[in-house]
Amino acid sequence: MQNALVEFQNIVVLGGRSELGVAIAARLTTPFTQRIILAGREMSEKDAENFRSSLRTKMSSSLDVSCREFDASAQDTHQDFVDGLGNVDLVILAFGQLGDNESMCADPKSAADLVSVNMAGMVSAGLACANMFERQGRGHLVFLSSVAGVRARKSNFIYGSTKAGMDAFAQGLGDALAPKGVDVTIVRPGFVHTAMTRGLDPAPFAASVDQVAEAVAEGLRKGRRVIWVPTALRYVFAILRVLPTFVWRRLPIS
Amino acid sequence: MPGLMATESQSRLLAGWGNTAPSRARVDTLTRSRARDLLASVGHQGVIMRGLGRAYGDAAQNGGGLVLDLAEDTDDIVLDSERGVVRCSAGLSLDHVIAHLVPRGFFVPVTPGTRFVTVGGAVASDIHGKNHHVDGSFGSHVESLTLLLADGSIVEVGPEDGDLFWATVGGMGLTGAILDVTFRLLRIETSRCTVSTQRYSDLETLLAAMSEHDEEYRYSVAWTDLLSTGRSLGRGILWRGDHTRLDELGDTDSDPLEYVTRTLGSVPNIVPAPGLVNKLTSTLFNELWYRKAPRSRQGEIKSIPAYFHPLDAVGHWNRLYGPHGFLQYQFLVPFGQEEALRRIVSDISKAGCATPLVVLKRFGEGNRGMLSFPAPGWTLTVDIAARFEGLGTLLRGFDEIVLAAGGRHYLAKDSHMSPDTLARGYPRLEEWKSIKNRVDPNGMWSSDLARRLELSK
Repeated sequence: MQNALVEFQNIVVLGGRSELGVAIAARLTTPFTQRIILAGREMSEKDAENFRSSLRTKMSSSLDVSCREFDASAQDTHQDFVDGLGNVDLVILAFGQLGDNESMCADPKSAADLVSVNMAGMVSAGLACANMFERQGRGHLVFLSSVAGVRARKSNFIYGSTKAGMDAFAQGLGDALAPKGVDVTIVRPGFVHTAMTRGLDPAPFAASVDQVAEAVAEGLRKGRRVIWVPTALRYVFAILRVLPTFVWRRLPIS
Repeated sequence: MPGLMATESQSRLLAGWGNTAPSRARVDTLTRSRARDLLASVGHQGVIMRGLGRAYGDAAQNGGGLVLDLAEDTDDIVLDSERGVVRCSAGLSLDHVIAHLVPRGFFVPVTPGTRFVTVGGAVASDIHGKNHHVDGSFGSHVESLTLLLADGSIVEVGPEDGDLFWATVGGMGLTGAILDVTFRLLRIETSRCTVSTQRYSDLETLLAAMSEHDEEYRYSVAWTDLLSTGRSLGRGILWRGDHTRLDELGDTDSDPLEYVTRTLGSVPNIVPAPGLVNKLTSTLFNELWYRKAPRSRQGEIKSIPAYFHPLDAVGHWNRLYGPHGFLQYQFLVPFGQEEALRRIVSDISKAGCATPLVVLKRFGEGNRGMLSFPAPGWTLTVDIAARFEGLGTLLRGFDEIVLAAGGRHYLAKDSHMSPDTLARGYPRLEEWKSIKNRVDPNGMWSSDLARRLELSK
């Protein structure tokens, strides 16, 4: 259950290999939390151990951390997977791949595969969770989106387009679920220093994983529906998204 | 299963009075003739009764399940004036019962700070009032209950009929649906109360005054200022009183048993997100409230609503906290553990999280209810905005102090505890669970609170 302090007893991360997703779950783990499930590909006991050791404060000894196999691209398995989770109070949908824009342009099928994970996977897993939460009459979904979807850049527009799609989906889903007692929160970070972005040149307003996790915890406490990390990006992108094309194309960040 | 866009006309989003963590449930009205059909329709998430929704947390909500109320059958109230006993439907509000009884020279044995609670809820939460140090809690005055059990049978139980009665008093509706209640009343000569008001400049003098003279009054309750600091920390106002006798009322034209309630207005549902209750408005309020109170005043005559239910004059006052809601933290520590009380008071003041709504009360003896809250000691109640930063850590710190002192928390107010916090505060929990398992082996009576605290399967 969720308590009045927006703390959760049962937390699931879809995308157990996602550094961000796991860090957010760790930040949201409180002594009220009883169960954490990290779901992703090729998960091992080591992932559960790492999670436990990443917790900032001492949690109850009964905190149960486990891992499960989950494949975002195997959409036909999603509803059964979610239905097998038992009582869940919070799902963090964190899976996603960045891909290399240039090589995907040369290999369209690989671009479609990225769309299958980042977009179709989010839709399918998101709906499966929504159905479960609707039966529970209660629940909270956190979608990891990105500012890359607000205005796609030529250097990563394939990734950006999947984020634009899943972001719009999450926003509409949130509106549909609001009267059902189910909350949806969208997280839109900018560039985040993670394993996925290692070796890339950081964009302006880059954030650390901890910064994102902290912002999500703060946003949930305040009941925010959209969380920009850092907050300044909300205003930066309010301008960027309406810039005339001839200006946008001249910008070094595009 | 209905799709995402489908709307179910009989389903509602329900929250407690604190308006935190709402959940959606199918709602319906329970009648004896429909009882079996309704129970047969109960699914995986179970069923719970809901009265007027004044429990602060998630006691009367049941996400994905069924939530039932009782029709407010106002004819269903039978007063035996000779014995001073009333039998009524559990769905009736104390508001209605009091309005019926007072002109006939009777008063309810226990009333909380609001009259907008049902009789069934009064039993299920084993509510207490300003007279706890003398009269105990509501369950102590109940002669019998009619209970609808999970198997569809209807039984009548009294305090001497074994453990089911005492598992139901304070049992948060998880043993069955309370249908009717027979309880003893208080005889009154007038509808007024004679109140003495006394101001104390700090917590110590307030506690001392309560310890020494509470027994001289039937009713006693104090307000204390948890936003003041330094020497005036815990300064307070103590109100004590009794029902006014006819000879005290003097010459008056009005009927001595006249009962009128007044409403000042209602807070509309448009308070913006941070709410109107913050440190600035609260500190200002506390200063005015304390200064406005007389240093000492005796023999003031007040009406029953003005003395017992002042907040009821403002409808939906909970909306002042804004859409994110608030929680009411209520705990008790036994006598001799005043240090724990002092520590929490000082920590609340340091954190600056309190609002003006603070109640301090000295409890008398408890009863045999296994999950009944009151026990000899001090109980402090404080409202806090739910989104106060760092509140989780703060409250868990308080919980530790309370539990280490042998105290506990009130389920009707709770919206944050975990199962182990409950278990440590209620030593008879296992006994309660064994009765719950006996009368409801499949955990049919369930609620969000029951799932959060593992009170039901």
